[in-house]
Amino acid sequence: MSASSAEAHGHHYTTTGLDNRKIAIWAFIGSECMLFASLISTYLIYKGKSVVGPFPHTPWTDPSSGKVYPAILNIPVTSASTFVLLMSSLAMVLALAAVENKGKPLPPGSGWWDKALTSSKLWLWMTCLLGAGFLAFQAYEFTSFVHEGLTIRRNLFGSSFFTLTGFHGAHVTAGVIWLGTLLAIDYKRGLQPSDALNVDIAALYWHFVDVVWIAIFTLLYLIPD
Amino acid sequence: MSHENAHAEHYHPTWKEYKWVALILFLITVVEVAVYYIPGATSHAAFVPSLLIMSAVKFAIVVMYYMHLKYDHKLFRALFTGPLAVAIVTLIGLLFLFSKLAIRLAGRGA
Amino acid sequence: MDWLTTTDHKKIGTLYLHTSLFFFVLGGIEAILMRWQLMRPNGTVFTAEQFNQLFTMHGTTMVFLAVMPLSAAFFNYLIPLQIGARDVAFPRLNAFSYWVFVLGGIFITLPIFVWAAPDGGWFGYAPLSGRTYSPGPNMDFWVLGIQILGISSLAASFNFATTVINLRAPGMNMMRMPMFTWMSFVTQFLIILSFPVVTIALVFLQFDRFFGTTFYQISAGADPLLWQHLFWIFGHPEVYILILPAFGLVSEVLPTNSKKPLFGYPVMAYSGILIGFLGFGVWAHHMFAVGMGPIADTVFGLTTMLIAIPTGVKIFNWIFTMWGGSIRFTAAMKFAIALIAMFTIGGISGITHSSPPSDLQQTDTYYIVAHFHYVLFGGAIMGIFAGIYHYFPKMYGRKMNESLGTVHFWLNLIAMNLTFFPMHFSGMLGMPRRIYTYDAGQGWETFNMISTIGAFLLAPATLIFVYNFFRSKKHGEVAGPNPWDAPTLEWSIPSPPPEYNFAKIPMVSSRYPLWDLTHPERTSEIPHTQSGWEDAKHQTGEHDMAPMHIETETKTAKELGIPMPSSTIKPFFVALGIVLMFAGLVFLPKGMHIPAFALMFGGSAMWIGFLYAWLTTPLEDHH
Ligand SMILES: [Cu+2]
Repeated sequence: MSASSAEAHGHHYTTTGLDNRKIAIWAFIGSECMLFASLISTYLIYKGKSVVGPFPHTPWTDPSSGKVYPAILNIPVTSASTFVLLMSSLAMVLALAAVENKGKPLPPGSGWWDKALTSSKLWLWMTCLLGAGFLAFQAYEFTSFVHEGLTIRRNLFGSSFFTLTGFHGAHVTAGVIWLGTLLAIDYKRGLQPSDALNVDIAALYWHFVDVVWIAIFTLLYLIPD
Repeated sequence: MSHENAHAEHYHPTWKEYKWVALILFLITVVEVAVYYIPGATSHAAFVPSLLIMSAVKFAIVVMYYMHLKYDHKLFRALFTGPLAVAIVTLIGLLFLFSKLAIRLAGRGA
Repeated sequence: MDWLTTTDHKKIGTLYLHTSLFFFVLGGIEAILMRWQLMRPNGTVFTAEQFNQLFTMHGTTMVFLAVMPLSAAFFNYLIPLQIGARDVAFPRLNAFSYWVFVLGGIFITLPIFVWAAPDGGWFGYAPLSGRTYSPGPNMDFWVLGIQILGISSLAASFNFATTVINLRAPGMNMMRMPMFTWMSFVTQFLIILSFPVVTIALVFLQFDRFFGTTFYQISAGADPLLWQHLFWIFGHPEVYILILPAFGLVSEVLPTNSKKPLFGYPVMAYSGILIGFLGFGVWAHHMFAVGMGPIADTVFGLTTMLIAIPTGVKIFNWIFTMWGGSIRFTAAMKFAIALIAMFTIGGISGITHSSPPSDLQQTDTYYIVAHFHYVLFGGAIMGIFAGIYHYFPKMYGRKMNESLGTVHFWLNLIAMNLTFFPMHFSGMLGMPRRIYTYDAGQGWETFNMISTIGAFLLAPATLIFVYNFFRSKKHGEVAGPNPWDAPTLEWSIPSPPPEYNFAKIPMVSSRYPLWDLTHPERTSEIPHTQSGWEDAKHQTGEHDMAPMHIETETKTAKELGIPMPSSTIKPFFVALGIVLMFAGLVFLPKGMHIPAFALMFGGSAMWIGFLYAWLTTPLEDHH
């Protein structure tokens, strides 16, 4: 029985019984740890080293013009975007659970919420939208910083801040495209429990990007100079 | 024919657990931001350590539950925690090298 | 055309081998040109600027385009064969890695032919490599080229790490893997962890050069040591990335030709892991001269001394492997023994600069050049030559000519020592590295003359090798499946192996499965169990695997019903798109916006489009 089902799946033998792709994505995530550690290290090393403002947590007066630049970071806005990204992770796990449980009959007496939980499309949509919402917050944040005089060329803070959060934003963008592709497949032919691994891999990536933001939010936004 | 056993090997939590996970993450975030706004808190000696602990807890919760490392094959745990450890040690090492961190000896000589 | 679309790990391995041999010769020519300039005091063959380009490209070529991809050739060819797999975990990703490497190699190499090559050293120290001090396009090629090559190495490392973890034959548990596979496995993790760091350092430099950021701008308050730290966090693991695969190769050659199991196998494996791990804690020994303070100097001095221990353990284990064996001096064996001797010299000179006070006398002198050429030429290159002579019969079914191999070996060994040994002296006499010329009367003339003679002799040595290599493909002595009477799986199948490698996946019960059949007396002292067999049978049934056996199957994969990955051009175009995208940036500072944006957008569209097509096409044709 087990032999024939393995053939039916076209599975090759693997030493651990695990899927190659899942091992590779974890190795990739390990690699990403070093990538973001380098970016975060640089930000922290350059903290307080900029010779001109604006600064993240304290106002700065330009000695030549007398112009006052307020502290740049907008904690309420970023708290909101942090919340949005956090909730996208919840939507993501629900999307994965919905794919894994697809086709299983609902127990009698299930309400609308139990039904909603079975919709992979709904939760993939939610994840994508929340991800896009986070990116919208970031776009707003970046443009308002530029208006306030902080560009990527302005000082060490600008360079390291925009590069670090920009790299993170690029990862979110890639994740939204990835999940959008899964969503398109879901519409085209319906994601089945046999697709769970594909969704799981995307989800691992997505949560990792979330986890990086947890670190960034504390280290960049909440800890003052 | 059925695909059930394709993923039955690992226990995956469901909405029942996930909602609590999300609630805890939300509450920790609220506390983090709230602490930031308590007047004088940011200059308190316990501020930075408590924030670091709170975000480490959030980090661990997402990795353990949402990335289901807690329930998954131990190989994945090794593949993640090994590089993470190297990354953290490297980061701390760099902060020391750039004098962002220093070991203060008892008596506070300098 | 067949080669452009292949996903066969053996073909890709062969491609890697030829391409990197080409780059090895190119990097060698650059070295010889430098030695020509330095032959006498006040040499005038090249200008200072040209000399800068030569030493930068020599280092960059040898590290990224010769030794790393030569190792990758063996990863590709050997890992699946040694662990009893039919291919790597991701065959198309494997093709992609190769194409990124070739195209990136071309991108970074072409400028030397018009004297517009990178000129800031293979380590590219910022702020020197920033736009202010390196205004031309030279360092643009370097910054972008190394990033491209990093993509190749990273993609390959995920692939091989997964392959080793997941595609081992039944019974091939970790402590039974051939030592080459072990050392390669450790190497993949070094790549996985170190390349992201240099990528970020390069991104900063790229942003500084192209978009005016301030990461390395001292006037903006930047720290001039940031680049050095980030670079060496990558750079030190990188030297183990260069040497560990060679260690693995000689760990195959020595037991086979001593007719004894490898001495202290578990210790060899663990010392490899330990070297890899400690390798991340020693980087600042490259920076003792910058004045990091007594604590940092002490810590990094100590960790550096510590890392010599697992390395020394390996040396002793190789010697004990030969001890009491009946040694057969094949060309491969000679190179392997030379590695032990030469690497030991390099290792000892390395220990002399693990101590900061001593290092301050040596840093930036030819003594350092002598040291790392003993470990890289005497170590990595000797090991790779050993590997080529040893595995050539497996790849082409014919042996390389042993007499020519012996001539190559002696000439190579003598020339190498003539070149690099005098550098210890010129270095101790104060001759700095990277100078394009020097004045007479400082006691450096004789040593430089000898070094140059040695370098000139390396040319005929390499020529003999190249001739032997290409001639033996057609005219070499027919080898048969196991010409060296070796103990591991790759020798249990025909030479060259069929496309599917193993008609039946072998079920392994010891560390030396082939000797279990051919020389059971040699393996009587190592453990034999059938662990993992039951699980494998449970997973796939027994129809596809068989207890350890010697294969003589000559049918095609189709006749045997073995599914093989189909050929595809997509990885090539994804690679091409990525390289074009990077290449577009070069035009940007010149104000040539149309070609710049055309290449960047065209390249991006190309790689994204082909990546989508690739990911939505199944690996194998469905029948
Ligand atoms: Cu080093």
